[in-house]
Amino acid sequence: MTMTSPTPTAPVKLAPPPKGSAPHRPSRFRMGAGQQMKGGPFAYIALAVVGFGSLLPLYWTLVAASRTQDEVLASTPPFLPGGKLVENLQTAWEQANLGKAILNSIIVSSSITAATLFFCTLAGYAFAKMRFRGRGWLMTAVIATLTIPPQLSVVPLFMMMSGLGWGGQLESVIFPTLVSAFGVFFMRQYLIEALPYELIEAAKIDGANNFRIVVSVVLPVARPAMMVLGMLTFVQAWNDFFWPYLALNQQNPTLQVALGQLSASYTPDQSIVMAGALISTLPLLAVFVLFGKKIVGGIMSGAVKG
Amino acid sequence: MTGLDSMEWVGWENFDKILHDPEFWTSVSNTFLIGVISTVPQLLVALGLAHLLNYRLRASTFWRTIILTPYATSVASAALVFALVFRADGGLLNWTLGLVGFDPVNWANGHWTSKLAISIIVIWRWTGYNALIYLAAMQAVPNDLYEAASLDGASRWQQFRKVTIPSLRPTILFTIVISTIGSMQLFGEPLLLEGGAMGATGGNENQYETLSIYLYNYGWNLGHLGPAAAVAWAMLALLLLIAAVNWLIGRYVVRTSDSAVRTGATR
Repeated sequence: MTMTSPTPTAPVKLAPPPKGSAPHRPSRFRMGAGQQMKGGPFAYIALAVVGFGSLLPLYWTLVAASRTQDEVLASTPPFLPGGKLVENLQTAWEQANLGKAILNSIIVSSSITAATLFFCTLAGYAFAKMRFRGRGWLMTAVIATLTIPPQLSVVPLFMMMSGLGWGGQLESVIFPTLVSAFGVFFMRQYLIEALPYELIEAAKIDGANNFRIVVSVVLPVARPAMMVLGMLTFVQAWNDFFWPYLALNQQNPTLQVALGQLSASYTPDQSIVMAGALISTLPLLAVFVLFGKKIVGGIMSGAVKG
Repeated sequence: MTGLDSMEWVGWENFDKILHDPEFWTSVSNTFLIGVISTVPQLLVALGLAHLLNYRLRASTFWRTIILTPYATSVASAALVFALVFRADGGLLNWTLGLVGFDPVNWANGHWTSKLAISIIVIWRWTGYNALIYLAAMQAVPNDLYEAASLDGASRWQQFRKVTIPSLRPTILFTIVISTIGSMQLFGEPLLLEGGAMGATGGNENQYETLSIYLYNYGWNLGHLGPAAAVAWAMLALLLLIAAVNWLIGRYVVRTSDSAVRTGATR
C-alpha cells in the first residue's frame, strides 16, 4: 500500500516558458487553477457562508447555555447570550458529575495519547527500517484491522473487562486503545522517508544498541510526526463516545458519557444540557484557537502520508 | 443483563433471531440510507471547499481553522445542539424556515426528515476535515499539469475536471472508504437526537435506528449480548459488501477517467 504523489509521466521536464512568450493567451490561464490563483469575492463569500454554518451551532450552544430553559424552548429562539451562564454551568457541574468527568477525560485521553505515541513509534520504526521475517504480511495484517468496525469488538471486550474486574473502571476504556493500527501505519510511512539508513548505520558503528538508537536517532527524527499523531489521537480519545458509553456509568464517566447521560435523564433541562456541551467542547476549542495552524498542517500532512 | 457465566452454546440461534426481526432490516436500510445522504453531499461540498481554499487567500489559516472547528466538537455536543436546532416547535431551523414561509417540520418524527437531520449533523462535523484532506492532495498536484492544460486551451472548469479530479483520485477513494466505514457506525447522533428511550430505539417507529443503535439496544438496553454480537457480525458482513461495491465502482471510475484523460498527464 504505497501512496505516491502523482508525478507527470513525461520523461523530459520542459523549463517553463519565459513570461510573455504567449501574448495572445490571457495570463490567468497560465497560472493554472492551482495555488497561485487569487481568490475572487465569490470565494470569500462562499467561505464566509460555510464558516458561518460551521460556527453557528457552537455560538448557539453558548446562547442556549446562558439562558433559562423556557427561553431556549420559546417559539422564537433566542439569538443573543443571556445572563444565566454561570448559574447553568454550576448546575450542570453538580448534576452530571462534571468535575470527575473532566478529570477522567484528561486521564483517559492523555494515557491513550502517550501509549499510542510510544507503541506506534516503536512499531512504525520496526516496520519501516528493520528487516525481519514476515514483515510484509504482518504490516498487511495490521492495516487490515483498520477495516474491522469497533462494534465487532464491543461484546467480547465488555465480557473481558467484566472478567478482569474493570467493569465501569477507566481501565476498560484505556487499555483496549493503547495502540492504533492507523498510528503504526502513519509512523511507518513517515519514518520510511524521514529516517535514512545511514543514520542508523552510523549509530551502530559508534556502538549504539537498539535501545540507544531508538532514543537518540529515531525519536528526534520522528518528533514532527509524533506531534501530529498525538494531536489526532488526543482529539479522538477526548471525543470518543460509543465504547465509553457502553463501558462506563454515571458514577465514573468521561465528559462525553456524562453529557450523554445528562440528556438521557427523564426531564433534561435543555439549557443545563447545553452548559454541559459547552464545558465538554471548550477545552478542545481553546486548543484549536491556540494551535489552529499546527493542527490544520498536521491533518493535511497526515492526509498526504496516510 | 444476562449473567455472563450463564451463557450457553446456541449455534445459529442468535443470527436466526436478528435475521427474522423486521427491526434489524429497518436498521440496515436506515444505516444505508443515512450513509448515502450524509456521505455524497459531504464529499462533494468538501471538494468544492478545498478548491476554494486552494486559491491564494487572505488569512488562509483563519479560513482553514474555522472550517475545521466542527471536527473539534464531540458527537455528543454536536448531536445535542442539533437536537435543539431541529426541534419541531421553535427550533432554530423551523423558525428560519418560517421566515421564508414554510410550515414547521417535525424533523425527528418523519421517516425522511429524521434521516436528513442525522445526515446534517454528520455533514456538519466532517465536511471541513475532508476538505483539508482534499486541499492537501490538491497542493501536491504539480503546477506543470495546469500549465500544460492551459496551453492546450483548457478552461478553468475543464482543468478542474481533467487535471484536479484525476490527480485526486486516490485521495477521493480514500475519503469514500473512510466516510463509508464511519457512516456504518453512526451511534451518538441517533442516540441523542431525541435522547432518552426514543434514542435507544431510534425514534418511535425506529425511523432513524442505525445498526449501532440496534446493537446497543439489544445488548445493553435489553441485556442480550448474544444477539448483539450477531448484529456486530452482520455489520462486518455489510461493510465487506459495501467495500466490494466501492472497489468495483472505484475500478470502473479509474478505467473511464483513464481513457478520458489519455494525455499522459495524470499518473
